[in-house]
Amino acid sequence: MNVLEFLGRINPVAASGAVLVLVGLWGVLARPNLFKIAVAFSVLETGVNLVILSVGYIRGRTAPILDSAADAATAAQRMTDPVPQALVLTAIVIGLAVTALMLSYAVRMRTGGGGSSIESYGDEKW
Amino acid sequence: MMRKILVLLAVIGFGVAMLPLVLEAGVAEAPGELATAYLEQSPRDFAAANVVTAIVVSYRGFDTLGEVAVLFAATAGVGALLTKKRTETAGAEPERKPGTEILGTATGLLTGLLVMFGVYIFMHGHLTPGGGFQGGVVIATAVLLNLLASPRSRVAHGVMTAVESLSGAAYVALGLLGVVLAAGFLDPRALPLGTLGALASAGAIPLIYSAIGLKVGAELSGILEALKGDRE
Repeated sequence: MNVLEFLGRINPVAASGAVLVLVGLWGVLARPNLFKIAVAFSVLETGVNLVILSVGYIRGRTAPILDSAADAATAAQRMTDPVPQALVLTAIVIGLAVTALMLSYAVRMRTGGGGSSIESYGDEKW
Repeated sequence: MMRKILVLLAVIGFGVAMLPLVLEAGVAEAPGELATAYLEQSPRDFAAANVVTAIVVSYRGFDTLGEVAVLFAATAGVGALLTKKRTETAGAEPERKPGTEILGTATGLLTGLLVMFGVYIFMHGHLTPGGGFQGGVVIATAVLLNLLASPRSRVAHGVMTAVESLSGAAYVALGLLGVVLAAGFLDPRALPLGTLGALASAGAIPLIYSAIGLKVGAELSGILEALKGDRE
């Protein structure tokens, strides 16, 4: 029963986000393929975003948008933390830009004759 | 072998470092002081129903201006990296299969709807979940569909560049309007606030988000076209 109680207390979004971060980190460190490294970065970013979002979540509260569920007077009592959501909104866009740039560098390196494996570039990766 | 152990150590270290964050996530009883101030003041200050939009566009407006600049730099980088000359495919015309009939028909039906939906999302950014970045991505999806359906088609570069630079200039101009008419740069109170919940409310926020939406849509369309790989 204790284990179940402990598991019930963990925020599922934070837990899955942490798993994605670890998978992405492993992909960045251990995969040799440039395109897979770019994909691993995307997975890592998604995980980080989920963890940041879950930190601002407050159980039983509604989204930070004023409507019938929470008006201006009760906003601070009924809404979740809006700051992490604003930060993640920025992070997603920057992540997209970085991914596009990484992929174009990978394409350039491959068409430059180096292949898609990072091991064909000498000592860039041990 | 050494390498595998190091990778494993790094992953385990990261996992341990994140453990307290995972265990404590979502146990807070109330938002912090800053978040509480945002929640209480944004309806009063800007008449914006969506507090996240109020934070992104006005309280942290500089951040968003920088973000738009980063996106522009990335677009320029992708465009410069992936020209035909640089990727050494000049002359060789890659064989491209045209899209299937299903894709073509669906594209014809969906393009207008997708653009309209994108415009709806960024115009209502201060009222509903959404905003300039999300709306811009939806507009870029319409361009992606068209590129998939007819791979030889091109994005009209002149139009895209004009849309992008004009909306970027409009964003900065609206920010400067805040210096003249309100408390400072990017202050949306330069325009009348209106009533909370109406489409024409929240001062300059809907206009700024519309400019961001058009800019992001044009930039992402540029990235998609550059990734197609046949830019001169």
